[in-house]
Amino acid sequence: MGEYTIGRGNSTREIAAMTSTPSYMANYLPILIQFVLALALALGLIVASRLIGQRRPGKIKLSPYECGMTPKGDVRSGFAVKFYLVAIVFILFDIEAVFLLPWAVEFRRLRVLGLVEMIVYIAIVLAGFTYIWKRGVLDWNTPERNEPTLPPSVARTGNH
Amino acid sequence: MPLGIFFLISLVKVVLTLAVLLTLVAYVQLAERRIVARIQRRVGPTRVGPSGFLQPAADTFKFILKEDITPTEAHPFLYVLAPVISVVLALTALSVVPIGGTFHLFGYPIQFQVTDINVGLLFVLGVTSLGVYGIVLAGWSSNSKYSFLGSLRGGSQMVSYELALGLALIGPIMLAGSLDLRQIVNAQNHIWYIVPEFVAFCIYLTAAFAETNRIPFDLPEAEGELGAGYHTEYSSMKFAMFFLAEYVNMITVSCIATIVFLGGWHGPMFGPALLRVFLPVIWFALKVAFFLFLYIWVRGTLPRFRYDQLMGFGWKFLVPLALANIVVTGAVLSFH
Repeated sequence: MGEYTIGRGNSTREIAAMTSTPSYMANYLPILIQFVLALALALGLIVASRLIGQRRPGKIKLSPYECGMTPKGDVRSGFAVKFYLVAIVFILFDIEAVFLLPWAVEFRRLRVLGLVEMIVYIAIVLAGFTYIWKRGVLDWNTPERNEPTLPPSVARTGNH
Repeated sequence: MPLGIFFLISLVKVVLTLAVLLTLVAYVQLAERRIVARIQRRVGPTRVGPSGFLQPAADTFKFILKEDITPTEAHPFLYVLAPVISVVLALTALSVVPIGGTFHLFGYPIQFQVTDINVGLLFVLGVTSLGVYGIVLAGWSSNSKYSFLGSLRGGSQMVSYELALGLALIGPIMLAGSLDLRQIVNAQNHIWYIVPEFVAFCIYLTAAFAETNRIPFDLPEAEGELGAGYHTEYSSMKFAMFFLAEYVNMITVSCIATIVFLGGWHGPMFGPALLRVFLPVIWFALKVAFFLFLYIWVRGTLPRFRYDQLMGFGWKFLVPLALANIVVTGAVLSFH
């Protein structure tokens, strides 16, 4: 892409002084600025609605929403173990993805050797992937607990 | 460049970025309501201002004026922290996204980008993936069954599709040989990566819809099943903040799709020098607008996935396909 100028031009030495950023880490300073301003904005919005918005709390209004029924039981008592499994499997595969990133950047220099190494690496990961696939970690439509299976004779006649 | 001037320029850019973003979110929301209404043979909001143009402003005031409810069962600190996390991370991620070339203002080079770091793509991926904390904390701290189920679904869905999203971007990174968003755009001088990496583009687009919890992947907030999902208990401005975060995330993934697959700000150049400064930005905006329209179009057209279909599709189809795409890309590049 070409570069375009608004305002007066400068000499080469001036340009060199003006175009160089103060230091490598200084490039991360604007991210901090944006983070701080975004945080200020978020907190400002919450405080604004606290100050301006009406407040008429009531016992029923402050109870958890359950379609009008009286809330029953503890929410955080337990949930399907599938969600844990997905989280664990994700961590393993995410590490794989992280390894692939620097490899992808340097790929043109590594050439065929890099390709072969990465195919071996992906093959090892795929072996694990096949294992969790076969164990049914990725199946979500199977029932959570296996019903005790009836003997074939009973199941066939339906008398029990 | 002296540090003081660098700081000043950065500050102006950040304020401009945030202002443009918030305005854009407001009008994307209005556009969505109007377009979805048209798809469903309705008219949509038209009363506030000429053809509904002031509707976003009216909505904002209404959100501020509404009662801010904190349920008695909720964890007081985390309940407030969750929407803050969502919004702040969504807004911060866009700080490294370039939307145009470089121009000189009184001798100082100004980039259409808050800051240019050499791992820009990695930064965006990292920050947006932290957004899952907002959803999980929102559901957990609310202590409501609908919220909790929504956040469980949301957490699992986002980590699953994040994998496909990351793997889909490996192919273009191999072609460009860089994680610097500017260099990725410049590497597409000859051909946009949507052509050689079409499979990766499709995977990225699908995963991006799932990452932003949009239809057909909006199971964390499936209104037919879970009330309003993870933000059932939220009201007033905190509820609006989750919406804000969702729309900013939509803009972020559209920007990344534009940069990585559609050649960023590349487009026909013509006219006087001043026009040439802003023409790339216009091309970039048009491409992003295309993706945002696609989001709205899909929302008006497709039904929602079932949860087992969603997880199966992500893990059993998209992840293996993305891995295969990496191997094929590598093979073609090596023997080319």
